[in-house]
Formats: sequence, C-alpha cells, structure tokens
Amino acid sequence: MGATYSSQELYDGLVGSGLIIPVGVPGIFGRNAVFEDVLRRFDDHVSRVAKDDGAEKMLFPPTLDRKVFEKSEFLDSFPQLAGTIFSFSGKEKEHAELSSRVHAGESWGHLQTMTDLVLTPAACYPVYPSFTGTVPEAGRLVDMQNWVFRNEPSTEPTRMQAFRVREFVRVGPPDVVVAWRNMWLERGVTIMRSLGLPAKSEVANDPFFGRGGRMLAATQREQQLKFEVTIPVISEEKPTAVCSFNWHQDHFGKIFDIKTADGKLANTACLGFGMERVCMALFKHHGFDPKTWPAAVREKLWP
Amino acid sequence: MKDQIRAILKEHARLAVDVDALADDGDLYQAGMTSHASVNVMLALEGAFDVEFPDRMLRRGVFESVAAIRDALTELTKDR
Repeated sequence: MGATYSSQELYDGLVGSGLIIPVGVPGIFGRNAVFEDVLRRFDDHVSRVAKDDGAEKMLFPPTLDRKVFEKSEFLDSFPQLAGTIFSFSGKEKEHAELSSRVHAGESWGHLQTMTDLVLTPAACYPVYPSFTGTVPEAGRLVDMQNWVFRNEPSTEPTRMQAFRVREFVRVGPPDVVVAWRNMWLERGVTIMRSLGLPAKSEVANDPFFGRGGRMLAATQREQQLKFEVTIPVISEEKPTAVCSFNWHQDHFGKIFDIKTADGKLANTACLGFGMERVCMALFKHHGFDPKTWPAAVREKLWP
Repeated sequence: MKDQIRAILKEHARLAVDVDALADDGDLYQAGMTSHASVNVMLALEGAFDVEFPDRMLRRGVFESVAAIRDALTELTKDR
C-alpha cells in the first residue's frame, strides 16, 4: 500500500475489512472495534505528548446552544455546513398529520419547529462562552473531544458528516496564543511522522460560502490564520488535513467578552485532530490490520 | 466616487470611528472593519457601482482604505 491513492479503493478496503460499516447515507458510517481501538490509542498517544501542558479537561455533548451558535457568526461563514435541530411541538391534530405524511412518504418538515439547539459544528464552540470575563495572566488551556456535524455528504471516506475531533483551545494575550499555536504546529507534524506518516504543515483556508467566502478565504491565507497538518490519504496532490490550527485573533474575545489580565481583548486559537482521518491515514499507509503495522508505530500506539 | 465609497463604508464597514475622520489612505481594518464587514462592503460596492470584483481582487489589500477601493473601482470602470 502507499504508492497509489484512490478514494474508492480506500473506501472499499475500509468496508471490506469491516473497519467501517455503511449505513446508507454518504459520510455516515459505523466503526468496528479495531477502528475504535486505533482511534483510542491515538487519542491516548496525544494525551501522553501533551501531559505536561496543564490543560483543563472538559467534555460537552455534540449539541450547542443555538444562541451561542448565532453569536459565533458561523452562519455568516458556513451556512451550507450547519445542522440545526428541529423537533415536534404540535398537538394531537398536527401529530396525526405528521404520522400520516411520514407513512405516505410525503414531506413533513413544516410540522417541525426549530429547537434551542444546533449540532456542534466544531468541537471548540461550546467552550468560548465559559471564558467570559477575565482570564488568568497565563491564559487558559482546555482539552476536549467531541463529535461534530458538517452537512457535506460525500462518498469520499475522509469527508464525513459526523466525526470526532480531539481539540485543544488556548485563550490569552496574542503572543502567548500564537507561540502556543506554533509549538503545536511543529508537534503535530512530529506526532504524525513518528507514526510513519508522511506529514507536512501548510497554510490553509476554511471552506467559506459563496463569493464573499472567496474573499474571507484569501484574507485568512494572507494573514496566515489557519494551518493544517496534511498527509496523502486519497490523493498525492491534494493531501488530507488530519490536524487543523485556527487563530481567531480577538473574534471570540469580542463576541464573548473575554479579557486578558491587563484588560485587553483576549485572543483565542484552537487545534483539532480529525480522529477518524488519522485512523484512515494509518490504515492507508500501514495496512488494514494493525497487527501487521511496523514495530516502531505499534510501540507508539500500544506502549 | 470617494463620497459614494465613504457612504457605503458608513453603512457597511461597522467602523469603531467615523469614516469621515479617516484620511483616504487610512487603514479601515485598523479602524475596526472585520473580515465579514469587508465582505458586506465588497457586495455593496458591486451593487452601487454595477461591477463585479474578479477573484484576483477578492483580497484584503483591495479594501483596506478609501484610496485602495477607489483604485480598484477605477480599474474596473475605466472602459466605460
């Protein structure tokens, strides 16, 4: 494996070896025990690397307060990716109509109303409101893992609609936040290479919507606000991002009124490992059976 | 043209200061224009001047000051 890259071959291989279980909707699938073991082992490996960083651990459900979502300006940037939760709030009459429409195969969306929740679009979003106020002089560092949702159905296995992200968020003065981001950028490449994966880091942009989005993307690149660690998984020319680094400057500081100890607006940055993508990179480069992986890789993941 | 640009900035740039207090080459981003606000400025300019900014102009520098915007619009409208 390794020399040639093909989206379809990787998908067929993952399905054929039982690692992922199709459910009928593109970008959504089950994972088997072997897949989950690799994912957990990688998660633990990241924890070992970061063990002396002093991060606070937090866990949020994969749903986000819609008001936080609205304030975050996600819909200004990525309306096409958002998933909003709707539910039934009618009475008997509407329920009868709902049931009959569902059984008749007719549309029933108009019988649902918007709830106070959206599906978490990025693992770090739930944490920012908790920073409101003044952060300590050294800032704060939070370590999270979450399921995230993106409305982008695709048959390409690394482009999922629901996946897990191991995310670290740093808040503090700009120089502290940028130094931390740069440290992790190097660390991210080192982690991947230590697992026998041909990783590199590059400047990147988010998939902003529309023509305005092209301008946002160009601005993001010009200011070097986003980096990715990439590995060829389904294509040599277009390697897959397995870790993404965003420096938000004072975007969330402004929105959620987060101040540094000296009273200025705080900066934030986050980095997230796409956990399933890391697993797929490992399966692609080392084979579908982890028992046959190179000893040096196994030592890192099964110490 | 500059007055029209300033009117659009007043409405869409969400500056922290009065746009009239800024020189033609004053930095709009320094004055508080966010990336999202600059997109709204760009779209409003397209409507007002009946132009479409080509991809090569969809970058930060083109919208950084009244003078920079005027230069871009002058280039787009010069053959009229």
